[in-house]
Amino acid sequence: MNAVATHHNRFGIAPSTMVHAAGIRKSYGNLEVLKGVDLTVPVGSVACIIGPSGSGKSTFLRCINHLEEINGGLLLVDGDFVGYRLEGNKLHELPPSAICKRRAEIGMVFQQFNLFPHMTVLENLIEAPIRVRKEPIAKATARATALLQRVGLADKRDAFPKQLSGGQQQRVAIARALAMNPKVLLFDEPTSALDPELVGEVLEVMKDLAKEGITMIVVTHEIGFAREVADQLIFMDGGVVVESGHPREMIASPKSPRTKEFLARVL
Amino acid sequence: MTVKEESQQQIDPNALTVVPLGHPWRLAAVVLVIVGVLLIVRSAIFNPNFQWPVVATYLFNPLIMNGLGQTISLTFIVMVLAIVGGTIAALMMLSPSKLLSIPAKAFVWLFRGAPALVQLVLWYNLSLVIKNFSLWVPGYGTVFSVSTNDVMTPMVAAVVALSLHESGYMAEIVRGGLKSVSPGQGEAAACLGMNPGLSLRRIILPQAMRMIIPPTGNETINLLKTTSLVSIIAVGDLLYSAQSIYARTFETMPLLLVVTFWYLAVVSVMSIGQYYLERYYSRDETRHQGGALAFAWRNVFRFRKNEVVA
Repeated sequence: MNAVATHHNRFGIAPSTMVHAAGIRKSYGNLEVLKGVDLTVPVGSVACIIGPSGSGKSTFLRCINHLEEINGGLLLVDGDFVGYRLEGNKLHELPPSAICKRRAEIGMVFQQFNLFPHMTVLENLIEAPIRVRKEPIAKATARATALLQRVGLADKRDAFPKQLSGGQQQRVAIARALAMNPKVLLFDEPTSALDPELVGEVLEVMKDLAKEGITMIVVTHEIGFAREVADQLIFMDGGVVVESGHPREMIASPKSPRTKEFLARVL
Repeated sequence: MTVKEESQQQIDPNALTVVPLGHPWRLAAVVLVIVGVLLIVRSAIFNPNFQWPVVATYLFNPLIMNGLGQTISLTFIVMVLAIVGGTIAALMMLSPSKLLSIPAKAFVWLFRGAPALVQLVLWYNLSLVIKNFSLWVPGYGTVFSVSTNDVMTPMVAAVVALSLHESGYMAEIVRGGLKSVSPGQGEAAACLGMNPGLSLRRIILPQAMRMIIPPTGNETINLLKTTSLVSIIAVGDLLYSAQSIYARTFETMPLLLVVTFWYLAVVSVMSIGQYYLERYYSRDETRHQGGALAFAWRNVFRFRKNEVVA
């Protein structure tokens, strides 16, 4: 705990902050996708990011766990860098093994589920705890079984992903992310690839997680979900945060005309 | 008016029968093929020049057995080296660094492009351009030195030439397999804290295997047959052993039939092995019914396109 506390002091960030992003910039070649994104996500809160496609919201999410390298700004998860080590005023790039250790604390759920198709549901869940955390198989299996129970798929533990519906696959993907006991869960449009009738079951699971106090950052098009579950709503457009605030207030009376226009289109 | 009357005829759906479309030309072709096959078989049996009794005496001849062993072990060694070499080359080709990918592509271009027979003879005659292999350390002098002729025995030349040739093919197969796995798989593994090596071993390669195994099986079968080329540089393989016998006895045809028999026997065994390997790596696909032989047998008697003989 001491080490964590000193880190927080070093950057002057409250220990109650899970993700701290300030002035995040990211370019692909000449195309600047993120033009200075600021966001603070407190521990135990849910942040929903909405915005038109191409606004940079998914890219920003992928920067948080260092799937994408940022070109500028300060990005800290649980008070420390994900892909770098600070020495003096130089950021040293970490080797893959060290980045992986940090990434294991940041769960991610993808639009396309990305379950491992050659493994059963149970094997999907216990793979990382056994290979990365070196947990005993019995312990990992017990927790995986409990997690499957929680997402309502205890009877599918020996099925292969292909045999499940999209909604079931996404629930398995959420359970797989939870199996690593992450400090924060990132959702990248988790219901966008689902048939409309399957969206509800995934959102139900996510609502339960929010109630349990898991820190979540959700890129989504589900405004209803954001209104009901989010502690803060962030509207991104053109690589910047246009507006953020309490979801109910923001949806009822958006301040920026761009937010108003976007909400009018999706609601 | 008559048409209208006809169309109003009462139809009893239970009394309807379908008259299948006849395939007279297909039937004629089948008859032609059967006659042709019978003629060939008849000639093979009753033409004394095939010397079947001689074939039988040489089938398990120790020299032939030794040659068969050489052929199989050469295939095995070359394939193992080619899989290792090909995988390394494939990973280099996929590297973001051009300094790694370009040499790997050049390697594939060179060793896959030049004919196996030419490469065999080239390596066998390496001593014509390089007299000695020596390790020379500045300030110390020569650590060791061996004559190329001592190292480059026919067997070594065969292993080196065929391994490099086959590595070129394997590199392309492995590269294709790795590229067939969706990038999301690697990202999902990374997000679970798996390092690149672990992710490759546990997530990417097992999925790539499904694309790699079938062409690798074909390559192994091709390689088994390609090894017969080594008889030209006097490696004692199956063909060379047979040649060395018929050079003395002039029983050319029976010995080549013995050789053919053994190649076909090994290829058949390999094909069955490949079937089970493919089935293992696609174990999440739909369950296969019955064994390889049962499947093949059922297909032989399919006459119509969509008909499945139960």
